[in-house]
Parts: sequence; structure tokens; C-alpha cells
Amino acid sequence: MFATADVTTALKGKFPQVSDRPSSDLPAFNVPVGEVLAVLGYLRDEGGFDMLVDLTAIDWAEGASPRFTVVYHLLATTRGAYVRIATNCPSDAEPAVPSAVGLWPGANWHERECFDMFGITFAGHPDLRRILMWDGYPYHPLRKEFPLAGIETVLPDVEVAAETKAKVIAAPMAGGPFVASVGEMNLTDAEPRAKDESWNERKEKPE
Amino acid sequence: MATEFAFPDSAAKAAGAPPEFQTEKMSLSMGPSHPSTHGVLRLQMELDGEILTKCDPVVGYLHRGDEKIAENMTYNQFVPYTDRLDYLAPLANNMAYAIAVERLAKLEVPARCQAIRVITAELARVSSHLMGLGAFGIDTGAWTVFMYCFTEREKLYKLFEELTGARFTTSYARIGGLQRDVPEGWTNNVNAFCDQFLPILDEILGLLTRNKIFMDRSVDIGVISKADAIAYGLTGPNLRGSGVGLDLRKDKPYSGYEQYEFDVPVGTKGDCYDRYLVRGEEMKQSVRIIKQAVAKFPGGDWYAKDARKIFAPPKDKILTSMEELIQNFMIVTEGPQMPAGEVYFEAENPKGALGFYVVSKGGGVPWRLKIRSPSFCNLSILPKVCVGALISDVVSILGSFDFVMGECDR
Repeated sequence: MFATADVTTALKGKFPQVSDRPSSDLPAFNVPVGEVLAVLGYLRDEGGFDMLVDLTAIDWAEGASPRFTVVYHLLATTRGAYVRIATNCPSDAEPAVPSAVGLWPGANWHERECFDMFGITFAGHPDLRRILMWDGYPYHPLRKEFPLAGIETVLPDVEVAAETKAKVIAAPMAGGPFVASVGEMNLTDAEPRAKDESWNERKEKPE
Repeated sequence: MATEFAFPDSAAKAAGAPPEFQTEKMSLSMGPSHPSTHGVLRLQMELDGEILTKCDPVVGYLHRGDEKIAENMTYNQFVPYTDRLDYLAPLANNMAYAIAVERLAKLEVPARCQAIRVITAELARVSSHLMGLGAFGIDTGAWTVFMYCFTEREKLYKLFEELTGARFTTSYARIGGLQRDVPEGWTNNVNAFCDQFLPILDEILGLLTRNKIFMDRSVDIGVISKADAIAYGLTGPNLRGSGVGLDLRKDKPYSGYEQYEFDVPVGTKGDCYDRYLVRGEEMKQSVRIIKQAVAKFPGGDWYAKDARKIFAPPKDKILTSMEELIQNFMIVTEGPQMPAGEVYFEAENPKGALGFYVVSKGGGVPWRLKIRSPSFCNLSILPKVCVGALISDVVSILGSFDFVMGECDR
């Protein structure tokens, strides 16, 4: 097992394709998607990073490429050291990374959440279902193009929907919360306003 | 004490038996509005007689999209939302979020601020564990414990109210400081609470620790091995109950925890009883920390003075000085200005390690804010730990996990 100080040298010695990721708090590395499981397994077995504390993704917005980055945070429980591993999804339209469930069973729910919120597929995941939204929900809410107001959706239960005519209605927040737009504009435009202006009191709700 | 009949796989055994002995599996949905599921957790279970052969937790009933909301507001505006994560310990959540953003801004808060945060976080831990203990008591048929716990919790809420003005959703910590300094005499009240609390805590724990009914329902029930606890990412008392001595207050100290002396209780077997014992002992250790913090309560500033563009200036300055007025206006409208970068910070909260992963592109609004909630990770082991348990054991297991759905579903 190698010590915390030389995570960088140990990892880079073993995997030459691993590169440093700008970070001010933890040792962080960018890993190509093909090597991510090998790197995670190496850190777990040889580096003592035995706990996967967090697994999440970042959406760099439509048009950015690579668009999705999956981020792993590992913790060595015996010495309280963290490491951050990030990998970019090769495809922007159909993002996919290999699943880490084989290494940590705890990755199961994290990956389900990632799939639910971002639509990232985890190849080899035993049970890739939605977890926070209901099965059959058509959107991935944490993608940047999904409006904060939400999108009107039918209820998951067909019978209930038919009987009650109820729907999931968008924007109970009516345009809030309010922030000032950052950037070069005049003061009137910079007044705090709803960040998501896909619809508000003046503009009709899109169909 | 141990259940002598252990046949989790009776269905498989029965498969070889003659047809008249074949049993049928039953599926049963427990929750989302079941009193012993502590909120809106639903368990989709498959039963063979009284024994679980499969357990699929369904979460998300309380999903409010906190992470999406965070991307659409300034860092300061999100503080009240952190109250609604683990709503049994909002003070600890506020602090964890504030420290995460402070790490991003590379901001140091003064010693007095750190001490106040430690005191409030530990009080929140006591309050949360009391609730967990009381609810666990009810789950296993001990009503009295709940009443005792709530009496004590009420006293804590009175302290919170004196400090923050709110009992439940405190929103006390700010990025770079606090909402306000402690009121006069408050630390004496905290001390007085601690002094009277310890004997009562012994009394509360005395109701359960050697209680035959309670032990029958918790000893050797829901055993989680050390390796499993780590592999599933369990944190907090649930991890320590399994014998892993990981406590971020000790192993990765923040907010000046390294100055205080306290022990980290660990279990030996990892059953429901151990998790209960760990929580009981943790409250005593919290009181120990609080008393130390109050004894050497530092003076000085309670917010980072150099945190211009992040922490709003004092109100009297805003009303009298042009400079401070503009500064306040900018913080309110554009949000506290953060450098670009990313930061991950975990705090040892009552339920486990509450983590915030903040990705910033600069400016007053986070690009991405991921909340790593301990309850979510702790619950992910349920499909494993519940299989082979009796259905009444599931109630014990859920009680001993002490989770909060507000945090799990975010």
C-alpha cells in the first residue's frame, strides 16, 4: 500500500494516461473512461481508498464537449484521506461509463441517481432504474436544458390520471428564485430576476 | 436472545419438498406512509412466511430537486434549503454547507465563530440522536423513552430559539460567519442544560440498555459486517456500530474539532443494539465537547472580517456608510463572489457524513452542487441487510438506522 503523499506518483507510474485535475482541496485526477475501473480498483486495493463516499456527474451544458463528467470521491477510512477521480463521457448524446458496482456495491444507488438525473448509462450496472423520479418519467432533471420551472408531465399511474385528470404541473415557484444576471449589462437588466425565464407572469407557459 | 430459527432460504429448501409443502411467496408493500418507516420510505418486500427473501427500498417521495434549485440561486440563498435536508439537525447542515463554500473561497473564520459552530453542531447531534432514540424506542414498543427524549429535545429547541429565533429551521450559519453572535448568557444556559441532561440521559438509556424486550428485538438483528459497512459507504453511527472507528471530527478535523477531547465509540457486532449503544455514548461525548467549548469560549469576531464581497457587513454600517451599503447590495443581488474551482467537503453530521461537492465557474451561483447525503447511502444497504430477517426485525432495523427522508431524497 502506498502512502497519501505519493498518490500522484504511484497512480501516474502505473497509469501513464492519468493527468492532474486542477484542484485546491484534494488530490484530483482526470482518467480516460477506458481506464477508470482499473484506476478505481487500483486505488481501492493498493492505495487503501476503501470507501466510495460519493459518485456524481457534472453537466457542462449543451454544446460543450465533452459534455458530461462523472466524478468519484474516494476515502481511505484508516487514514482519513480523500481522492477525486473524474472521467469525461466520450459521447455527448449518449453518455456512458462503466459501472463501479463490481468494486463497491454502494455505487449501485449513486449510479442509479446519476442515470436518473443526467441520463448517463452505467454499463454493467445490475439494476439501472430511476431512483428519485418515478419509472417512466421522460426527462433528466439535472441536465442544464431542463428548466427550473419543470415540465408538465402526466402522472405515472394511468388509472389515477384517467380518473382524476390530474397532472404534474410545472413551476409551483412561479418564476423564482431570484438572482441577478452576471455579466456586462446595464443596471436595469442586472436587477435580480428569475433566472429561469422560460415562462413567468408576462410570458405564456410553453405548451 | 438470538433467534434460534435461522432459515432465510426456506423457499429454496422447500423447492425440493413434495408439492403439498410448497409455499407461495407474498409481496408486501410497507410504506410510504407507515409509522415505522420514519417518513416516506417505501419497502417493496417479498416474503416467505414471515421471512424476507427480497427487499427493494423505493425512495424519492420527498424529492424536491434541491440540487437543481441550488444551481439557480446564489450561495447565500441556499442556506435555508440546507435546513430541509436533515431537518432534525439543521444547525449541523448549515455549518457543513458554510464550511464547504468557505473552502471554495479559501476563507478562514475566526475562533469564536468556529466554537459557536461546534457548540451548535453538537447540540444538534444531541437533539437528533434523542429523536432517533425515541423513535427507535417506539418501534420496539418502549413508549416511555420517546416521552423522555422529547422533554429533553424541547429544552434544546428552546436554546435554539434563543440563539437563532427559530426552533426547527434555523438557517444559522452564513458563508464566512454566522447569522448573529450568541445572545448574552446563552452559553450559561447551554452549560445548565448539559449539567441537568447527563443524569437524565443515563435514566433514558437505563430504560433500554438492559431491557429484555428491547434486547430481544435488537441484539443480533440486522448485523452489518465491517467490510459491508465500508463497501456500501455507510457513515456515522451506523458505520461505527459495525466497529469502524471513522469519525471525521477526529480523522479530518474541521472547525477546530482538534482542540477538543472526546472519544469515538465503536460497536463490536454491528447489530441494531450496537448502533443504539453508539448513539447513546455519542450524546455523552457531545456533551463533553460542548462543555469544553463553553469553558474556553473565545472572544473576538464571530465572522470573517476580511470576507468582503462574501459576508454582508454589519447592519449599522450598511445604514451609515456608502461603501458598506454598496457592498451589501452587491452581495444580495449578485451573490458572494467565488473563485472558479471545485471543492468537496464532508462534515460528521448526526446521521453520518454530509458532503457538499461544489463546482464553481466563478460568480455568485454554483454551477453544480451535489449533496452527498448520509441517509441515502445508509439506506442503500437495506436490500442486503433485510434479506433473511423477520418482518418485525425490519422495523427494528429501520429504527436503528435513524435516517431522514428529507436528506435521502433531497
